[in-house]
Amino acid sequence: MGANLLVNYGEAVAMLLFVIGFTNLLLQKNLIKKIIGLNIMDSAVYLFLAEKGYIEGRTVPIVVNGVQDVEAYINPIPSGLVLTGIVVSVSVTALMLSLTIRLYRRYHTLDLDEISTRLKKEGL
Amino acid sequence: MDFVQNFPFFSIMLSMFSGTVCSVLPRKAAKWVNTIVISVVSVLSLILLVYLIGKKESYVYMMGHFPAPWGNEIRAGVLEAGMALFFCVIMLLSMLGGRKKLHDEVVESKHNMYYILVNLLLSSLLALVYTNDLFTAYVFVEINTIAACGLIMIRQNGRTIEAAVRYMIMSLLGSGLLLLGICMLYDLTGHLLMSNIRESVHMIMEDGTYRVPLLVTITLISVGLAIKSALFPFHGWLPDAYGYSTVSSAAILSSLVSKGYIFLLIKIIYRVLGFDVFGMSHIIDVLFAFGLMGMVFGSLNAIEENDIRRMIAFSSVAQIGYIYMGIGMGTQAGMTASVFHILSHAATKSLLFIAAIGLTDVSGGSRHFIDLTGAAYRNKWAGVTFTVGSLSMVGVPMFSGFISKLLFAQAAVQNHVKMLPALIVLAVSTVLNAIYFMKTVIRIYTPAQEDKYESITFKDMKSYVLALVCFIILNVILGISSQPIVDLIEQGLSMFA
Repeated sequence: MGANLLVNYGEAVAMLLFVIGFTNLLLQKNLIKKIIGLNIMDSAVYLFLAEKGYIEGRTVPIVVNGVQDVEAYINPIPSGLVLTGIVVSVSVTALMLSLTIRLYRRYHTLDLDEISTRLKKEGL
Repeated sequence: MDFVQNFPFFSIMLSMFSGTVCSVLPRKAAKWVNTIVISVVSVLSLILLVYLIGKKESYVYMMGHFPAPWGNEIRAGVLEAGMALFFCVIMLLSMLGGRKKLHDEVVESKHNMYYILVNLLLSSLLALVYTNDLFTAYVFVEINTIAACGLIMIRQNGRTIEAAVRYMIMSLLGSGLLLLGICMLYDLTGHLLMSNIRESVHMIMEDGTYRVPLLVTITLISVGLAIKSALFPFHGWLPDAYGYSTVSSAAILSSLVSKGYIFLLIKIIYRVLGFDVFGMSHIIDVLFAFGLMGMVFGSLNAIEENDIRRMIAFSSVAQIGYIYMGIGMGTQAGMTASVFHILSHAATKSLLFIAAIGLTDVSGGSRHFIDLTGAAYRNKWAGVTFTVGSLSMVGVPMFSGFISKLLFAQAAVQNHVKMLPALIVLAVSTVLNAIYFMKTVIRIYTPAQEDKYESITFKDMKSYVLALVCFIILNVILGISSQPIVDLIEQGLSMFA
């Protein structure tokens, strides 16, 4: 168990980061901190993928000098997944930030719970 | 290859590109493009369904030029085609019913945006239904979330923006877990296509290795999708999002968006993990327990509510609980009941939202119960429709809700351990449903003391009444001729495996 943890320390770090990001997104009151949590969480998944795709002693899968042997390169699919994932997380972050700006202009606060209480008082 | 086999691809592309086209068209044209595209997609799905029923087996459609382990694939069977058809019909009717109201609710310059979002939502739902690739499914889950968030916040007041933020936060938590689950599954099996993963999972199970990682993966995927589809403890965002958005949005969100995620979960259970592997993990019991809790607490919240739209929204929590209870039973019968309830709840809930808007509209726009007194006399069609929806939700024979309750009860009897709690909660939940729905029906049929209310819109009610009548017919069809539909669902589920 302990030895496995040492060998796979990259994955372990990724899981720790994921938990940190997840808790931040769930529990922070401040919207900006929530969004930071979201980004930490997504980056942790990408770190996990990159760590899983990397193979010790091999190089990026770009053909140079005519070497076409599979054994020479790392697994390119996780990198592709990371790229797709980054596109998704960028657009989601942009949407969240724009929503935050809307709320801030209206209520001059970033605290989601306070906004809720004010909304209840307004009785909309 | 038959030409019909291209139809799933056509449907997805058509709805996606028409969304893009809508942004540059004038408002009226965008409306027609939207309506026509949804109709065309339903016709395509219907033809595909008939073709697949005749063919009696599913097929895999290669996207691009790379064969199985590398390329991307679409897969269509009876259940997928049926779901696509049903989603399109519900979406068409919801848009039709809410169209007149849209002018009040959304600024005129934003109408194009609305149609873009609806088309985008449709394409992502279709992709979720048809895809055979897990990572594609994840990407379309996110597109679905973004489109749904847009549908909530397009009506601009503080309430909807707050609801949209809460919706986004819960959804992002869910999709984070789903993404991690998919990545771990990829690491365990080395594949992203559903059929290939299933073979590898079988091998893993036979070797007896990687038991813990597989369990973690199943947990992550189930919990992620459960959060996204608002299973009981994660439903905090739901009443605001359904209660304050535009009426078409509320109908579409409650009946389609959450159902898309549940359908994806069912698909993952059958096509990726395998029904027996999923059944052996105890996640199934957890889903069962939370489903039961949702059935009770959702209804209790709905009874306390004084706002008709929020009440219907809380009732959704209870109905989602029914679906997860069926999945949690771990039998074929339970799964069939769940899939039937997806159809039944989608047909009924969108009907209730559309009918409720007619009732609140003739009561001076107020959604509180006191103001709704006698609303059914002021808007007769909406009153009748709301009554039909309520009877269906409570589970009166002739309507779709009865059949799903019957199927759930039959499925519960087959499972000895879960029979007692399932039947008890089913009975309790039915009584609770009856309390709040009948309370509303009695309220809207109590004559008002004075005639003080003016209707806001709805001078021209033709399209609205047409939508209501279609909804009633759909509900009664699901209720009366349920046997062929149940047979189709069973056939579709057996094609999954």
